[in-house]
Amino acid sequence: MAKVPESKKTIATIPIVPIRAKIVMSNILFVVLAFYFLSAYVTQAYPNRFIQGLPIALEFVYKDLFPPNWGYTNKVLSSLVETWNIALLATTLAAIFALPLSFLASSNINKNAVLYQFIRFFLNIIRTIPELILAVVLIAFIGLGALAGVGALFIFSLGILAKLISETIEAIDPNPLEAIRATGGNVIQVIWYGVMPQLLPHYTSYSLYVLEINVRASVVLGFVGAGGIGLILKHQLALFNFANVSTIVLMTFFAVTIIDFISNRVRERLV
Amino acid sequence: MSKANHPLHKPNNTKLKMQYALIGLIMFVLYYIALTMTDLTYRGSSLSPGTVFKRLFWDPFFNPDIQAKVPTYIGYMVETLAIAYAGTLIAAILAVPFGFLAARNTSRVHHVGKGILNGIRAFPEIMFAIIFVASVGMGPYAGVLAIGINSIGMLGKLYAEVIESIDMKVLEALKAGGANRLQTIWYGVIPQVIPEFSSYAIYRFEIDVRSSTILGIVGAGGIGAPLIIASMQRNWEAVGMMLIVIIVVVTIIDIFSAQIRKRIV
Repeated sequence: MAKVPESKKTIATIPIVPIRAKIVMSNILFVVLAFYFLSAYVTQAYPNRFIQGLPIALEFVYKDLFPPNWGYTNKVLSSLVETWNIALLATTLAAIFALPLSFLASSNINKNAVLYQFIRFFLNIIRTIPELILAVVLIAFIGLGALAGVGALFIFSLGILAKLISETIEAIDPNPLEAIRATGGNVIQVIWYGVMPQLLPHYTSYSLYVLEINVRASVVLGFVGAGGIGLILKHQLALFNFANVSTIVLMTFFAVTIIDFISNRVRERLV
Repeated sequence: MSKANHPLHKPNNTKLKMQYALIGLIMFVLYYIALTMTDLTYRGSSLSPGTVFKRLFWDPFFNPDIQAKVPTYIGYMVETLAIAYAGTLIAAILAVPFGFLAARNTSRVHHVGKGILNGIRAFPEIMFAIIFVASVGMGPYAGVLAIGINSIGMLGKLYAEVIESIDMKVLEALKAGGANRLQTIWYGVIPQVIPEFSSYAIYRFEIDVRSSTILGIVGAGGIGAPLIIASMQRNWEAVGMMLIVIIVVVTIIDIFSAQIRKRIV
């Protein structure tokens, strides 16, 4: 009889989770929760209010947004086309300019450490700026209209695209590059015959991915006057014309879904 | 090249060529529409680009009025961070059940779960912000709701992928050892998914900080509203200072978050 509790004792002294890990975990949990309550205090969004807010939003959707005004469809459609055009042009420009930048930002092609670090730093700075703020700045320079939208999205997607592409370039198979260098190929030849065949599917796939992001982003741009669907959305909101607002929201939802679907299909086949 | 040099006959690539021609045609039409229908006229302001640039990024440092407002701007930025933090944390918790619902190995209706998450992701965040501002009123509270609901889409999808990739042998071993369902989840699933779940949540926080700077334009709190107002008043010194505050704060958060994520995974 004395043996059983003793063996139980040894099991009890070796905890499944180490005590140190437990202390670290509970400290992390404490910090995370402390920050949460601070944020909840600042924003007045305590957990119970978060739960309370959802039915109010649902009621609003049911009462005010429904039914949508289908007579407004044509106007929305032309704005959606403009939004899509802005996204397409910006993505194309970004895809063209991102390629040389990504070669400069990959350590296995660009051996100049100073230039490499500088380009990386430049790309990091670009990516910190939210696209809407780029639009605000560009409107200051080139005035209201779709051109500012294209410019803002171009800079915004240049940062993302160059980062994704340069990471892929750094991860490609180095053997073909070495073989071309060994036989006397210069940098251009290394890129053209060594990197491009490996990179091309990824490059196309990333460009499509950025196009998806840009379609979503260009919805917002109209709010500051950079063209597209955001412009009419802002007007209808200011007029509290929620039937039209809901038409815009629904049609944007469908457009984004269709574009995402097509782009996903193409990307699945590429990589 | 004669046939003698190439004993293997050339593959029939007519189909491939047709595909390329079709893709080329589609792209031509798309670009034609884009270039002809978009109004890309340049409407430069009366100020030269150089003047605007100087007023945005040089003058704010020497303007005492703007310098006096820096603490206010930092206050707005703190509110922005609070919106992003509260929203992301709520989403990180709410996304867990959605992740289990959408994972192939834990749910029989994973198509339904994936469908819900895709639906949430297809709505641009500004739409959520509009709906919440219109229903619960202006202020950071609406921003937290918008960020919280919108982030579930991406986090749920990433969580589902993590759950799909866990080692099922551990769970089997626990079950064989006589663990019940709760114990299997607590000792088998949780330790495997926690590092990646928290890493994705921190990554999402980075994105949400950027989003919550934007949401102010529809009245969802944060630095967005004063920024837009200043830009409409052509008060470029104030716009420049707020931009600098945003860039510095976002950069610091990105660096911290990258460091934490490196240590977790």
